[in-house]
Amino acid sequence: MSVFDSLRIAVRAIVANRLRSLLTLLGLVIGVSSVIALIAVGQGTQKGVSDQIRGLGTDLIFIEPSAAATTQQGAGALTTTTLTQADALAIAANGNPAIQAVSAHITGETQAIAGANNVGAESVFTSSNYAEVRDLEIALGSFIAPSHDDAGSLVAVLGSRVAETLYPGIDPIGQEIRLSFLAGRVVFAFTVIGVVREVGGAADANDQVFVPITGLANRFRFLYTPTGDLRVTQIDVQTTPGADTEEVKQQVSDLLLFRHNRSDPDFTIESQDDLLDAASEVANTLSILLGVIGGISLLVGGIGVMNIMLVSVTERTREIGIRRAVGATAGDIVNQFVTEALALSVLGGIIGIVIGVVASLLVDGQTVGDQEMTTVIQAWSIAAAFGVSAGVGLISGIYPAWRATVVDPIAALRNE
Amino acid sequence: MSDAPGEAPPIERTDCVPLLSVRNLERIYRLGEQTIHALRPLNLDIHQGDFIAIAGPSGSGKSTLLQLLGLVDSPTAGEVRVRSRVAQDLGQEQRAALRLRTLGFVFQAFNLLQMLTARQNVEIALALAGFPRRKRRARAEELLSAVGLAERLEHRPLQLSGGERQRVAIARALANEPDVILADEPTGNLDSQTGREIVNLLEDLNRAGQTIVMVTHNLEIARRAGRLFLMRDGRIDEVDPGDPRSLD
Ligand SMILES: Nc1ncnc2c1ncn2[C@@H]1O[C@H](COP(=O)(O)OP(=O)(O)OP(=O)(O)O)[C@@H](O)[C@H]1O
Ligand SMILES: [Mg+2]
Repeated sequence: MSVFDSLRIAVRAIVANRLRSLLTLLGLVIGVSSVIALIAVGQGTQKGVSDQIRGLGTDLIFIEPSAAATTQQGAGALTTTTLTQADALAIAANGNPAIQAVSAHITGETQAIAGANNVGAESVFTSSNYAEVRDLEIALGSFIAPSHDDAGSLVAVLGSRVAETLYPGIDPIGQEIRLSFLAGRVVFAFTVIGVVREVGGAADANDQVFVPITGLANRFRFLYTPTGDLRVTQIDVQTTPGADTEEVKQQVSDLLLFRHNRSDPDFTIESQDDLLDAASEVANTLSILLGVIGGISLLVGGIGVMNIMLVSVTERTREIGIRRAVGATAGDIVNQFVTEALALSVLGGIIGIVIGVVASLLVDGQTVGDQEMTTVIQAWSIAAAFGVSAGVGLISGIYPAWRATVVDPIAALRNE
Repeated sequence: MSDAPGEAPPIERTDCVPLLSVRNLERIYRLGEQTIHALRPLNLDIHQGDFIAIAGPSGSGKSTLLQLLGLVDSPTAGEVRVRSRVAQDLGQEQRAALRLRTLGFVFQAFNLLQMLTARQNVEIALALAGFPRRKRRARAEELLSAVGLAERLEHRPLQLSGGERQRVAIARALANEPDVILADEPTGNLDSQTGREIVNLLEDLNRAGQTIVMVTHNLEIARRAGRLFLMRDGRIDEVDPGDPRSLD
């Protein structure tokens, strides 16, 4: 018999057993599409997280007050932090060739207000070199200048989303922005001098407002330590490209311990790689978890297919007996059932791939809660899902058919 | 079947090797503890052109013998020879080929595929023999017309009467011009009128040279065969179909 004949017989059998074929297809489609979509989400999350961390700038080392030193978050942390701007200056002044730039800042939750518009933002009190350290680019106007640092000017540079929300369709440069702190108990007015270019991914910079730390310090005396140093909640150290970050970490740590006159650190020091490792570990776990869930649904789908195929072939033992009595060889019979199983598996696999890919593409870029979803479709997940489903369909189609061909035709015919 | 003008007349077979021969054939069914001797060792020769009827009481082993002759079952002992080839020595593939081209089996229960039409049921045998699609269709129609079913080509078995199903089964058995037709009670499920028509059909085929082995309960029909065998308790004896006492 020709391949064409086998295919015609297969199509006829598939149509004749409509419900059964449909259920088989459903099992395959669900299995294949969920593997593809879930793995795409997992991989997307992984990519999103690492993009976000890389978006912070390159070759950075972050120093923060340690948990033991800070029992409070936000503005409260300011009263307990042991990091000062003098520390940052000391790191920079150390003459270490592996260090390119150092910037210190304080962050705090703010309500940003302009006219009738207002938006929750994070204010970053920092200095002119922050843009360089964090790789921020300016879309409009300019970033904080050294002269603003020196004068303690009340100027503000806006993150792109803050600018869009507060000044829709208006040029924000030169406009007044008011930032309210401590739940509205303190409000200061600043002049907008620049807008930061939008940062990709779910980066924070889009929702931040940058103002000179000196301007704030002039108004809040408690920001100073008793010895007159300005407290900060974070110091960023940018290393020279190619520098050994582990070594720089060690040097900076030693310097700070000496300056703080301590033997155990009252700060934590982490490189971007450390963060990347920790975060990708979390994302990896998520990715594996999603993969496992996808794998389970493929398995369940596969078992469904196997079940239906086994029942189908067993029920059709009589048909096999008739065909063999008429003169079909074992090869003809196995060929027929392979064609049938293959036709179903390929059809189910293709539909599953289409649904999986389309679902992945639809989810890509959607925001769930305040999290933007990213999906990355993996070729290997498509191949694996398709391979497994087709394999299951084939084996469960061939095996019982083959069994019905090793006995005499009359034995297959007696099977009711 | 096809006597197209200009074709050479079929060569008369003069060899005396039987078409089918059975030597010490034995079939024992085992059901748990019980063993049933369906066929005691028996011998039988079937020659080209024979029209053989096998009669006997129910359970005497007629179907068992026919199934062994048709190579759809395997004997417990002894051998079935197709011409001079011992069936049990052949591989699965070769026995399938013999079933396809040499032995046309007509089952007592018809054994048609329910999801296929009469034409498609006949076409299965043709497709297995490698007929191209176009020729297959024409040949199936020709065969079904020959058994009087020209008007029933697209009917499914459930839409056909018992006699019509029997004819489809016969047409399928004839599809690849087998050397012998093995029919198990071809009239068993039919009323006497329809039964007579089926036997007329078989007689016509035999007159055209077709070898036929037929199992039957019906004495009137059995006597119309050229050779008559009687079975009892798994044994077989040839009797004279013309002798009125032979069936007592
Ligand atoms: N598959 C089987 N398993 C066990 N015993 C069987 C089987 N098939 C037939 N038999 C037994 O073998 C014996 C012969 O059966 P067979 O079908 O050959 O009889 P038969 O002459 O064709 O009868 P009938 O005229 O009723 O069709 C019977 O006793 C039957 O019970
Ligand atoms: Mg019988």
